[in-house]
Amino acid sequence: MADARTAKTSNARIWLAGGWLLVALLATIFAPLLAPQDPLAQDLLYERLPPFWMQGAEPGFWLGTDSLGRDLLSRIIYGGRVAFLVAFAAAAAACIVGSALGLAAGYFGGWTDRVVSRIVDIWMAFPPVLFAILLVAVLGTGLSSVIIAIAVIDWTRFCRVVRAEAMGQARMDYVESARIAGFGRFDIMLKEVLPNVLPAIVALLSLEMGIAVIVEAILSFVNLSISTDDPTWGGIIAEGRLSIHQAWWVLVFPLVTLFLTVLSFSQFGEGLKARFDPVLR
Amino acid sequence: MILQRFLTRLLTMAVTLFGVAVVVFVVIRIAPGDPIAMMLPPGASQADIDRLRALYGLDKSIVEQFFIWLAGVLHGDFGTSISLRQDVLGLVMNRLPATLELSIVALLIAVAVGGVLAVIGARERGTAVEAGIDVANGAALSIPDFLWGLAFILVFGVLWPVFEISGRVSPRLELPFVTQFYLFESIFRLRFDLTKDLLSHMFMPALALALPLAAIIAQLLKQSLKELLSLDYVVLARVKGFSETQVILREALKNAALPTLTLVGVQFTFLIGGTVIVERLFSYEGLGNMAIDAVINRDLPLIQGIVLVFALLFVLINLAVDMLYAVLNPRLRHG
Amino acid sequence: MIPALEISGLSATLANGARVLRSVSLTVEPGEVRALVGESGAGKSMIGKAVLGVLPPSVRIAEGRIGLEGTDLGDLSAKARRALIGAKTALIPQDPLTALNPSRRIGPQTTDRLTKILGWDGTRADARIRQLLDEVQIRDPERVLRSYPHELSGGMRQRVLIAAAFAAEPRLIVADEPTTALDVTVQKQILRLIAALQREHGTAILFVTHDLGVVAKISQKVTVLYAGKVVEEADTPALFADPKHPYTRALMAATPKYTDPFASLKPVDEAVLAGLATEIAAADRDWRAPHG
Repeated sequence: MADARTAKTSNARIWLAGGWLLVALLATIFAPLLAPQDPLAQDLLYERLPPFWMQGAEPGFWLGTDSLGRDLLSRIIYGGRVAFLVAFAAAAAACIVGSALGLAAGYFGGWTDRVVSRIVDIWMAFPPVLFAILLVAVLGTGLSSVIIAIAVIDWTRFCRVVRAEAMGQARMDYVESARIAGFGRFDIMLKEVLPNVLPAIVALLSLEMGIAVIVEAILSFVNLSISTDDPTWGGIIAEGRLSIHQAWWVLVFPLVTLFLTVLSFSQFGEGLKARFDPVLR
Repeated sequence: MILQRFLTRLLTMAVTLFGVAVVVFVVIRIAPGDPIAMMLPPGASQADIDRLRALYGLDKSIVEQFFIWLAGVLHGDFGTSISLRQDVLGLVMNRLPATLELSIVALLIAVAVGGVLAVIGARERGTAVEAGIDVANGAALSIPDFLWGLAFILVFGVLWPVFEISGRVSPRLELPFVTQFYLFESIFRLRFDLTKDLLSHMFMPALALALPLAAIIAQLLKQSLKELLSLDYVVLARVKGFSETQVILREALKNAALPTLTLVGVQFTFLIGGTVIVERLFSYEGLGNMAIDAVINRDLPLIQGIVLVFALLFVLINLAVDMLYAVLNPRLRHG
Repeated sequence: MIPALEISGLSATLANGARVLRSVSLTVEPGEVRALVGESGAGKSMIGKAVLGVLPPSVRIAEGRIGLEGTDLGDLSAKARRALIGAKTALIPQDPLTALNPSRRIGPQTTDRLTKILGWDGTRADARIRQLLDEVQIRDPERVLRSYPHELSGGMRQRVLIAAAFAAEPRLIVADEPTTALDVTVQKQILRLIAALQREHGTAILFVTHDLGVVAKISQKVTVLYAGKVVEEADTPALFADPKHPYTRALMAATPKYTDPFASLKPVDEAVLAGLATEIAAADRDWRAPHG
C-alpha cells in the first residue's frame, strides 16, 4: 500500500516537473516567435513599467520593463536559452568526466582509486562557487568558459556516486562470470557495470542540470557569465536586486522562473531515481 | 587508537592542502590578463612594469614562484595584496571572523530547526504531520542558498521590511570592539543593542545558508530516530512510564545524532562555501565578498590566501567531526 | 483480593484483519507467578506487550479489558495509562544485549524511573539500586553503575535489568522469556535469582516462556496458549501431573526431559494441531459473525 503511494507521488513528480521543464525548454527554443518584444531594445519612455494587471501597464509588456525600458518577459525567455544550453552542456561534460574517472576508480581499485580519491578530496576542499568564479575570471567570460567552469567544479559529484556503485557492482557474481567467460576488463566495465549504474547517473544528471542553472545565474549575477548585453536570468536578477524598491517585478519574475526550473530539475531526478532504482523499488 | 586515527588524518590533511595550493597556483598562472599592467597608469614604461613584476616575484618560473610562495606561507607570510597593497594574512584575518560568525549562526539555526522537525516528525510518525515535514524538507533541499537569499530579500526586505538587507552592521553605530568577532564580543560586553543590530543584519543570510542544511538534518535524524524507536531499550523506557517525547529525547536522540553528525560535518563545509555568494548578495563584509572582489581585480596573492584559508577551514572541520565522532562513540572510545 | 492483573476477553488483530489474540482471559493474583506458555507465534509476548501498552503499531486491540490492580487501562487517557503502567509494572526483557541503551551508563539507566517518574531524590534512588544490585549478587556495584552496557557480559546485564525491574517495588512484573537469549549455564542462575527476588519482594509475575522446564521451576499457575487462544489453565503441579488438553500433552511430549538432555526436541503431534486448527477456525467464524 505504501509502495503504491510512493509510486504515485514519484509519477506526479515526474509529470509536474517534466511538464514545466518541457514548457520552459520549448519557450526558449521558439523564443523569436514567442517573445513579444526585442529583449535588447531599450526605450527610456517605457522604463520601469509594471506588469499587466497594475495601473500604468502598457499592452505588449506583460511582465513590465526594467530600468532601461527593456521588456521583462522577452528577457526572461531569451535568458532561458543561456540557462538551458549551460544546463545540458555542463551537466553532460561533468557527467562524462566524473563517470569515467569514477568507473575507473571503482572498477580497477588500487592505485587508480587512490589517485582519483585524492583528487576528489582536494576538490572537496575548494569552496565551489569561488572556484567557479575564479575559473571564469581566468578563462575569460563567455558561454564556453561558464560550461567548462561548471564541469570542472562539479565532476566530483558523478565521480563519487559512480565510484561507489562500480565498486559494489565489480564484486558481484555476474562481473566475475563475465571475466571468466574471457571478456576484457574494459568490455566488462562498459557492458556489465555501466548499465547498472545508469539509473544513478541519470538521476544525478537531472540534479546537476539544476545546479548548472544556479551556478550560471550566480556567475551572471556577479557579472562573470556571458557578455553583459545578452539577457541571462542571473543578470536580470542582479538588476532587480538593485531596483528592488522601485520595481520589485524585475526581481520577482526571473526569481520565480529560476525557482521552478531548479526545483523541477531536482524533483525530476528524484522521481526518476525512485522509479528506476531497483533497490528502492 | 584515537591518536593513530588523528595522525593519519593530519597527514591526509597536509596532502590535501598542498594539492589545493598547487591547483590554485596553476589555475591563476594560466590567466591571460596581466595584473601588473592593470595596476600601472597607461603609458608606464616597460622598465616600470619589469620592476613591479620583480617586486611581486612574477618574473620567475611558475615552479620557483610556487616554492617561494609556499616557503612564505609556512612562515606565515602570504604575500601582499596587489589591489589593496596590504598584507594578505592581515586582510584575511580581518574578514574571517565575520564569515565564521555568519557560518556558526547559520549552523545553529540549521541544527535547531532540523532537530526540532526531526523530533516532531519521529513522534508523529505515519501521520499527516510527518508527511508535511517531508514535503517541506524536499523543497528546502532542492532550492540552494542563493535563491533562498533572494527570496528573503523580497519578503523580509521589501514586502515586510523587518530585517536589514545590506551590510554587517549599521554604519551609524559606534563600535567599541577590539576583535573582529563583533557578534560574540557584543554578547560578551553585554551590549545587547549592538547584538540586536548585528543579528538583524545577519539573520537573513544565515537563514538562507541554514535552510538546506536544516532539511538534511531533519530528514536524516528523523530516519535514524524512527529506526531506533522500535528497539528494546526504547520499549523498556516506555514501560518505565516516559512519554513518547521524553523517550525520543532521552533514549533515542543521542544515538541517532551520532550518524547524523558525520554528515553534518561535510554539509557544514558546503554551507561555508555558500557564504561566498550569500555574502555578496547581502553586501556582508566577510571573506567571501572580499574573495569575489579579489577575483574581479585579479589580485593573485589575495585569491591564493583566501582559497587556502577556506580549504584549511574545510579540512579542519572534517578533522574535528571525525574526532568528535570517535570521542562521542563509547564503543570506539573504549576500544 | 484485587488481582494484580486481570485480562478478560482480550482480542487483537493485525492491520490486515488477521487475529493474533482470541478472547484471552487470565488473572495474576498478588504475589503469584503465572507462566504463560506456548510455541513461538502463539501470541504470548503480545499479551505481555498489551499489558505494558507497548504493542507494535500494526497490532490493534479489538475488544477485551486489561485491569491493573482493579483499574481498567481502557478507561484512562493515554497519559494517565502511561503513568499508571510506569508506577505499577516493570518489564524484564528477553534480550539483555539490546535492552540497554549503548550510549548511557548503567547508573542513570537503572535509576531514571525512580528519579524522573516516581520523583525520588538521587541519593535515595542510588541507595535503592545498590541494594538491589546486591540482591542480584553483583559484588562491585560501583564499577557496574559507571559502566556502559557493552562493558558487561550478557548475564551481568540481565542481572542489572532484573535489579532495575524490582527497584521500584512494582505490583506486577512481565518477564518476557528472560532466559532465552542467555547461555544454558547462566540461564539457571538467572532463573534462581528471579525466583528468589520474587519471594523476597512478593511481586506478581507474568512469566512468558516457551519452555515447560522453566514453567515447572518458577510458576504456581500456568496458562497454555495456542494460536492466540487459551487452551488450558491450571495450577502448575496439577498441569504436569494431569494435562487435560491434547495440545498440552503434545507439548509435554515434545519437550526433552532434563534427565535426558541429548534427546532432540520433537515436533508437536500433527493430528493434535489439525484438530486445534478446526476448533479455532470455528471460533473465528463465531467471532466474526456479530461484527459482520
